[in-house]
Amino acid sequence: MGHQLEIHGLVKRFGGFTALNRVSLHVKAGERFGLIGPNGSGKTTLINCVAGSLTADQGRILFEDRDLTGLPPHRRTRLGIARTFQIPRPFTSMTVLENLGVPLEYTGRTRAGDGAGNGMDILEAIGLERKAHVLPAGLTQIEMRKLELARAMAARPKLLISDEAMAGLSSAEVDDILAILFRLNAQGITIIMIEHIMRAVMRFSERIVVLDAGEEIAAGTPDEIVRNPAVEKAYLGE
Amino acid sequence: MAWTAVRALAVGAAVVASGILVASLRVNPYFYFAGYVILQYVVIATAWNILGGYAGYVNFGTPAFFALGAYTAVFLIQSVRPPLVVLIVAGGLVSALLGLGIGYFTLRLRGVFFSIATLALAIVLQTMIINWEYVGGSRGISVIRPSGPPFGSHVKFLFTVMVALAVVAVLAARFIERSWVGRGLAALRDNEEAAECMGVPTLRLKLFATTVSGFLLGVAGAPFPYYVTFVEPNSAFNLDYAVNALAMPMIGGTTSWVGPVIGAVLLGTAQQLATVTISSELNLFIVGVVLVAFVVLAPEGILGLVRRLRAR
Repeated sequence: MGHQLEIHGLVKRFGGFTALNRVSLHVKAGERFGLIGPNGSGKTTLINCVAGSLTADQGRILFEDRDLTGLPPHRRTRLGIARTFQIPRPFTSMTVLENLGVPLEYTGRTRAGDGAGNGMDILEAIGLERKAHVLPAGLTQIEMRKLELARAMAARPKLLISDEAMAGLSSAEVDDILAILFRLNAQGITIIMIEHIMRAVMRFSERIVVLDAGEEIAAGTPDEIVRNPAVEKAYLGE
Repeated sequence: MAWTAVRALAVGAAVVASGILVASLRVNPYFYFAGYVILQYVVIATAWNILGGYAGYVNFGTPAFFALGAYTAVFLIQSVRPPLVVLIVAGGLVSALLGLGIGYFTLRLRGVFFSIATLALAIVLQTMIINWEYVGGSRGISVIRPSGPPFGSHVKFLFTVMVALAVVAVLAARFIERSWVGRGLAALRDNEEAAECMGVPTLRLKLFATTVSGFLLGVAGAPFPYYVTFVEPNSAFNLDYAVNALAMPMIGGTTSWVGPVIGAVLLGTAQQLATVTISSELNLFIVGVVLVAFVVLAPEGILGLVRRLRAR
């Protein structure tokens, strides 16, 4: 007990390529957890396994002591795991508010109504309320990222996985997203942040795990990670 | 029940009533023949759109579902001669089963691969029917209509039946579109992976769509033997059904139940007019030209055009 998410010895192969090699990690409820690593190190593969988009070849994933093996993604979402996508994937034929309506309706207890009230609350909290009735095609890059976060929030997650929500944003915009994630965490939501922007991950995370070539090479507080020679080697080479 | 649903049911009942009224008129029987074909396309286009428009899975195998409904009816007429309503329900159920089956085996295929599989299905099924003597095989089979039809004419009777079936199909589509199922289908059409991650049970919804779509296509085909009185594989599995089923919703607009109705009425009427005035060979040519024009100029169909004009 004590851990909300437990990953035990996860292995994922694509043909002859091992994307994840016996990765184990634990995330506590309410934690701000950073997952970093160079491109191709297996970060997104790992969260795809957690979200259920990919099936691991070996190993187990437990969420609140429940084995997730064999559960399709929509069941995991209903258990309380929500994610954002690295490249935003909005529902293009729906307005921003209607985008939120999908998870509100499908993860909510009741199936009646469009949950507009609740959706507006989330949009206001994230600062997207003025775009509520706009189609995703009319959003800027940062608004698109905010929509990803807002839609994930509408699934009422206990654990939110943010997959590079800040890539390509300006420094001020990164601060904007960071503030949102801090606020969500303050509400008790566990957050796993996958990010390349070191400034953001280091500031946000309480604990960080570093992946390289599908294996965990380091774990610790941001300070420990910065001083770890193995991490420097993985990013910069020898 | 919501007020709009009550209103929709009332409008549906009014349409059926006016269909019966029209059937009691004394006009050239050809109008009922033509009306039957157009209404049949309303059912087909609406059924196709539940899977193709709402869920975004393009079905090229419409003739398979339609012909299965027709041949289920032929089989039953040959064996037990039940009343027409039984033929319609049975034709729908058998085609629904086919829809469920093809859905289960192919919906893990996405996009164009699903479409190819449905195309293959139509060919496989046609080959099976060609080799099944009991329902006429490749030579076809004559169907004897029951005596004493209502309205004193089979054509008039079948016309009113098709009015009722069209109303049922359109009401079903409208109901699905406005329910949580319709919103889930729209989400998976827009982005299947995101929908799945937002709690939408995509596989189950897709199976629902293939089954309902298959059911309605079978329903459209079941009265066909009594309408033509001679059923043979080339007419039951006609390419026209595949092309029209796709073209009519595309021309009308695929995101709403109104689209297939508009498309079926416009294109169906144009085809009937062309058949009478110019030549029956012109049918598919018209569809082709209109479809190309719409895909290029108005990819969201007439509904999309109207929406764009209103937004100005």
